[in-house]
Amino acid sequence: MLIKTLVSVFLAAILTENYVLAKFLGICPFLGVSKKLDSAVGMSVAVTVVMVLATAVTYPIYMYLLVPYGMDYLQTILFILVIAGLVQLVEIVLRKYIPSLYRSLGIYLPLITTNCAVLGVTMLVLQKVDSTTLYHYTYLHALVNAFGAGIGFLVAMVMFAGVRGRLEKADVPASLKGLPITLVAASLVSLSFLGFAGLVDHLIPLS
Amino acid sequence: MNSMLVSVLTAVAVVAGIGLLIGLILSIASIVMAVPKNEKAEQVLSVLPGANCGACGYSGCSGYAEALSKGEATVGLCSPGGEQCAADIAAVLGVDAGTTEKKIAVVQCQGSLDNTDYRATYQGTQSCLAAQKLGGGLTACAYGCMGLGDCERVCPYGAIRVCNGVAMVDNERCKACGLCVKACPRRIIALVPEKRAAVSRCMNRDKGAVTRKLCSTGCIGCKKCEKACPVNAVTVSGFCAVVDNEKCIGCKKCIKECPQGVISLLVR
Repeated sequence: MLIKTLVSVFLAAILTENYVLAKFLGICPFLGVSKKLDSAVGMSVAVTVVMVLATAVTYPIYMYLLVPYGMDYLQTILFILVIAGLVQLVEIVLRKYIPSLYRSLGIYLPLITTNCAVLGVTMLVLQKVDSTTLYHYTYLHALVNAFGAGIGFLVAMVMFAGVRGRLEKADVPASLKGLPITLVAASLVSLSFLGFAGLVDHLIPLS
Repeated sequence: MNSMLVSVLTAVAVVAGIGLLIGLILSIASIVMAVPKNEKAEQVLSVLPGANCGACGYSGCSGYAEALSKGEATVGLCSPGGEQCAADIAAVLGVDAGTTEKKIAVVQCQGSLDNTDYRATYQGTQSCLAAQKLGGGLTACAYGCMGLGDCERVCPYGAIRVCNGVAMVDNERCKACGLCVKACPRRIIALVPEKRAAVSRCMNRDKGAVTRKLCSTGCIGCKKCEKACPVNAVTVSGFCAVVDNEKCIGCKKCIKECPQGVISLLVR
């Protein structure tokens, strides 16, 4: 049962609740870094790592520090603080131990510090309710959700990098060239993700 | 009143405490896991032009600076920076600069629309590479410039422009980074040392009679230039004249002899 719920949480985070295409968080890197496939993948991997790490740190802070003392209204500011610090720490560790990865991620890590998709993943997971137990997500659920959200980000980025590759060669009217046609394309890709609504519930019946 | 003050103070204490904790962890981490900075490489990087063109063969200026600081690279590889840059690097590293020749790119084709014509009307992607892949290009001459501007787009200095169907290099602006040489699908752009020397601006290897039909300024392989040259700098092979830049003394004899106006001086 646990495995089943975890798979359902994972798939939901990728498809039905895709943070970029369904919740419209993290649009800035989605539009900014999706020009080339390899940089899109690099950015997504970095985002995934930071999402999981951030959830791993912020979830206990919320559940065991803020809630018992009735200070859950502090979550936004505290989470920003923690995520910013965490990204810095990841950067220092990477520079020391995996310099090659640090060089390839170099520009993206600071960008993630203020990425709203990361903040969104850590905050929105706190309100989510497990449909079988009707309790809040457990720590494990939250981590799987964060990982799924990262993979969902990757899927969206890679798909959109492909779409943009096609756009480069397309004969676009002059007034739509550049950002306007990119936004139109993004909205169409997002629309296509609406098709996944309800998919996960039917694919993996939990009750 | 008192309880409100307490709750405000706890909130402040919690945020400040966590902030301090994070700051502490970060500062400890940055000391424990400090990476020794390569100061020499950074100094070298500061004198490099920062164009990241890759002409030196390393991954951008930082890659070259790194290699220089370790003594793995030679000083004069940066062609955009030229001699000044080589001297600066040598000063930083404390080695002898040597001399670097300034090179410039030269387009070995003069087939403008006045001299030659298109083979067909082409409406596909406006790129030489795309046109070349689609049935071998759109110009009548299979060796000449197609004028769709792949070189123009790739040049970071705006030194190469397509004019009337043929690419032209602005000698003043060209930094010899070699990006256009790589971009040209017909390989008609070359880097040559900038000096007063003759250069043959045609790559056509068709027989003379064929060339004459295609282009009014194509090399027909008549060998008049070869005979005229006093220092044997010009050779004709495969119906195409090539001038050896090293040997050429810039006497202009071949230029006067050429019936097609193919050879001209590189720098006036």
